[in-house]
Amino acid sequence: MLETLVVMMVKIGVVFGVLLLVAAYMTWLERKTIAAIQVRWGPTRVGPFGLLQPIADGIKLFFKEDLMPSQVDRVLFVLAPALSVVPAMIAFAVIPFGGTTTAFGLLSRPVPLQITDIDVGVLYVFGITSLGVYGIFLAGWASNNKYSLLGGLRASAQMISYELSMGLAVVGVLILSSSLRLSEIVRAQEGISWWFGLVPIPKWFVFEQPVGFLIFFVCALAETNRAPFDLPEAETELVAGFHSEYSSMKFAMFFMAEYANMATAAAMATTLFLGGPLGPFGPSPVWFVGKIFVLLFVFIWFRASLPRFRYDQLMTFGWKRLLPLALVNAAGTAILVAVL
Amino acid sequence: MDLVVLERVLFAGLALVAAVSGFLVIVQPHAVYAALYLIITMGSLAGLYVLLDAHFVWAVQVLVYAGAIMVLFLFVIMLLNLPREEVPWAPRDLRRIVLAVGLAVVLLIELVVVVGFRTAPAKAPALVEGFGTTAMVGRLLFTKFLFPFEIASVVLLVAIVGALVLAKKHFS
Repeated sequence: MLETLVVMMVKIGVVFGVLLLVAAYMTWLERKTIAAIQVRWGPTRVGPFGLLQPIADGIKLFFKEDLMPSQVDRVLFVLAPALSVVPAMIAFAVIPFGGTTTAFGLLSRPVPLQITDIDVGVLYVFGITSLGVYGIFLAGWASNNKYSLLGGLRASAQMISYELSMGLAVVGVLILSSSLRLSEIVRAQEGISWWFGLVPIPKWFVFEQPVGFLIFFVCALAETNRAPFDLPEAETELVAGFHSEYSSMKFAMFFMAEYANMATAAAMATTLFLGGPLGPFGPSPVWFVGKIFVLLFVFIWFRASLPRFRYDQLMTFGWKRLLPLALVNAAGTAILVAVL
Repeated sequence: MDLVVLERVLFAGLALVAAVSGFLVIVQPHAVYAALYLIITMGSLAGLYVLLDAHFVWAVQVLVYAGAIMVLFLFVIMLLNLPREEVPWAPRDLRRIVLAVGLAVVLLIELVVVVGFRTAPAKAPALVEGFGTTAMVGRLLFTKFLFPFEIASVVLLVAIVGALVLAKKHFS
């Protein structure tokens, strides 16, 4: 009993700590990567390769003046950053980040590397992340600023639109694995299949559901408000969108939420399509983190390469291209599985 | 702590939050706050579903009601920029008050009849294996409740078509 409790606390602590660390160091990775793409240096001053830059930024944000404009809705203005960051943090609770471990023989029996394994894992992640929109939305409204409000309205319309396609893109995976439990979805991707009887490839769902993976990834970009879908904070038209009026740690919390959401989205894409922590050799958490970092790198790469969508383009793309494509993909998978 | 005690405490807490925030939805003069209290009510109901081992219903409640429908509610409220209403729950109209009191009395009688004259089983029936799981809910929806399920989808389709017709006034 005590061992179970301690193991649970340690797992929660590790996931929480790593998520915060990833959120902080994503800013470093992002600045360095974009700098490299734009042939600049990026942060170099604080520590070797600017590695201490996120810490310095954190300290700076912590000591900044915490401004509260006079006409804001005070309760919601304070509540909004918290509402944004909490769902981003707890969505990770059901994602398996490794196989089983005995912590080098310390524990009496193997423990799965996953905080909790619930029957509706996929729906849990979708449900919790869909609550994240309230933080952005209420921040936009409570700020009592037209640019903020526009940013908040854009965010909510965008997230609802792309959530549909995202859900439908996953249906193919659910049909193939016949479970909503994330550990079973990972288990369904174990093993190797042969391409034309010659090339061995892992049985990851990305090879059976390439269209689904593409739709999922594009929707993940839109759901996390990343470029080219970062209209809620389009600086050329909306100052800084929903967080125009925020400063200090409240501002930092929105950023933490955005990067934690990116990590969760990448982790979901990894779990659903890239075999999660499965790898041919070596410790499984390393594979999991590695796959996530590849996806996060692509997130940043997109931001450095693509211009922002116009709002009507965003809506047309979501409703008239992605949604029908996701529907066809889901129906096609269902028919193929039924026939074969 | 004993698990049964913990469950009772959780139930009492969630039920209280649901009831209080439900009440606040009605009396709250500000539309945005009313909608937020409605979200809290729905969240507490979702917690009650978890206590009943109905995890799938929890997920649907959070995903559909709290995560999508209420976002649209708030969206409309904010777009219209509704002003603070001055005590909307105290109408001067006598006929309305009589109607409201009458309806409340009918509801109360109904409640007494339903709760008071029916003896609840002393012990809750034992849980079926796999109760509340997605597989079980799915199987029931596609076998025993197939007809109501399909009717519900037709109703939703009609609602979508109706909304389109209402929104698009001029068909070219």
